[in-house]
Amino acid sequence: MSRIDQRFAQLRAQGRKALIPFVTAGDPDLATTLPLMHGLVAAGADVLELGVPFSDPMADGPVIQRASERALANGVTLNDVLQLVKQFRQTDQITPVVLMGYANPVEAMGYDRFADAAVEAGVDGLLTVDIPPEEADDLVASLKRRNIAPIFLLAPTTPEARIAKVGEMAAGYVYYVSLRGVTGAANLDMSEVAARLPLIRQHVKLPIGVGFGIRDGATARAVGEIADAVVIGSRLVQEIEAAGSAGAVTRVSALVQDIRSAMDKA
Amino acid sequence: MQMYDLPDARGHFGPYGGVYVAETLMTALDELRQQYDIARNDAAFQAEFRHELKHYVGRPSPIYHARHWSEFLGGAQIYLKREDLNHTGAHKINNTIGQALLARRMGKKRVIAETGAGQHGVASATVAARYGMECVVYMGSEDVKRQAANVYRMKLLGATVVPVESGSKTLKDALNEAMRDWVTNIDSTFYILGTAAGPHPYPMMVRDFQAVIGDECKQQMPEMIGRQPDVVVACVGGGSNAIGIFYPYINVDGVRLIGVEAGGEGVQTGRHAAPLSAGTPGVLHGNRTYLMQDANGQIIETHSISAGLDYPGVGPEHSYLKDCGRAEYVAANDDEALQAFHDLCRFEGIIPALESSHALAYAKRLAPTMGKDRVILVNLSGRGDKDIPTVATLSGIQL
Repeated sequence: MSRIDQRFAQLRAQGRKALIPFVTAGDPDLATTLPLMHGLVAAGADVLELGVPFSDPMADGPVIQRASERALANGVTLNDVLQLVKQFRQTDQITPVVLMGYANPVEAMGYDRFADAAVEAGVDGLLTVDIPPEEADDLVASLKRRNIAPIFLLAPTTPEARIAKVGEMAAGYVYYVSLRGVTGAANLDMSEVAARLPLIRQHVKLPIGVGFGIRDGATARAVGEIADAVVIGSRLVQEIEAAGSAGAVTRVSALVQDIRSAMDKA
Repeated sequence: MQMYDLPDARGHFGPYGGVYVAETLMTALDELRQQYDIARNDAAFQAEFRHELKHYVGRPSPIYHARHWSEFLGGAQIYLKREDLNHTGAHKINNTIGQALLARRMGKKRVIAETGAGQHGVASATVAARYGMECVVYMGSEDVKRQAANVYRMKLLGATVVPVESGSKTLKDALNEAMRDWVTNIDSTFYILGTAAGPHPYPMMVRDFQAVIGDECKQQMPEMIGRQPDVVVACVGGGSNAIGIFYPYINVDGVRLIGVEAGGEGVQTGRHAAPLSAGTPGVLHGNRTYLMQDANGQIIETHSISAGLDYPGVGPEHSYLKDCGRAEYVAANDDEALQAFHDLCRFEGIIPALESSHALAYAKRLAPTMGKDRVILVNLSGRGDKDIPTVATLSGIQL
């Protein structure tokens, strides 16, 4: 059983929902990201999503765009991100780590080479925002051979037939993008999410995470009531941007702790 | 050679093309593909498109024998396909009319576009005014500064120009921002993409709308010289004017197709915009194609005297035509393009766009190596009025 599957099984047994924070690797710098990852786990994160910086982050709003630019200004590469996960694994062999980014850095490394390096580093899943299932056969084969979960997005606009296709291809969990727009937008429509999830669950037997537009304990709690996992990204990255390397770990951990307790409150 | 029949149903040209976008856009692209499929087979749509091209754009554009320049170069005869004479001054309008008509059929009242030098932005603002649509144009803030006249033209035509501050603040970032707008406003908005790149069906659709260029040439050349040309030359940025003139010739034996990329300061210097000449395949802006990228898959900055060629990718069909050998791709440097620009002004009384000057520069290199009875057809894709301030500055002249 993979680390992701184990984690969700454990949460199910406890009747809890997963909290999945996203941060961009190398923002504000690589030296900060490592303690930040451990800090997120200590604050109650169940799975970590680590952004791989890319020069053209088409699906991201300004907050994560700037994070990507800061990381690239530090010269952070996909290889560096894999090394970072390797370091993280020296003291944490349990918490699943998912890389999230765009196709081209993975393309440049090559699917098989990436999958080999990722499994060696201790990566558990990969979400490439711009590789939809229609183009994903080769990548999914490379990942699944090494037991790395290919994680896919579903959108409010995804028709039923494609939901079913994602359900067949994906492993780990599926990520429902809860609004029409880029990351960090503020127009989350909870009733739309609630109306959509039953249809998704008919076709997808994996845990469903919901992200995009989640900003605080209250929205996280509301999402946790209907989904299996709550993904929160831009709000944390905003905090990192404000704090810089000195205060990032403390401030982000405090925020994640607040969100965790809001989600767990009886 | 087999009859050429690409792309496949999912937009692949061999290993290139495809649909590499975030999930939110998949349904919109699928709807666009279906609607375009209906429109392209609908005689009424095609008739309206032709009508607009004739009465609004002024097509067919003529072919002109550059006799004086050919004589000076002392080799092959150079003929120019005069896309510079189109309304708005370039080939871009062929595509924006096609897409705006499609947008209207689909009931979209708002169109968005990306632009580099501003030519596609102007062509989009023009058709939006013509068909009564709201128009928002994304333009890198660096380009907004460099192309003040075109920014004003777009505003005169009623468009909103949004300066893009992210990344390198140029064309590729404008495209990213247009995609972000589209994801957010997917129900109301039609994205008029300016070149034969992006996710399927754009490369195919833009090619089909631009193929009017090559279709006309195929009819005009026999009328003028009794046969087809030996060589067809066009500049390649994203590659829409090139694919427009190449496509109808792909199945014609004996016609060489040559695409000319922007060599900038020289391909060997790394400061250029020539992904087919010096790049490697990757995924950007919704398709797999040749890209300018570093070893880690990050897109790198491009350099060209011509803003319209300053793009790190290229349409996927060109990547395919390169690999299969049906078309050849070369690069012309900034200084060569500039010389060809001046040549055409002085020998023929035509001020060409700096983009098109790259195609002219290669024709200038090629013509003397060929016999006087040989024929080179150059796609003169745009006029150079917009480039006059740039050329003056390079010549040390203050206007």
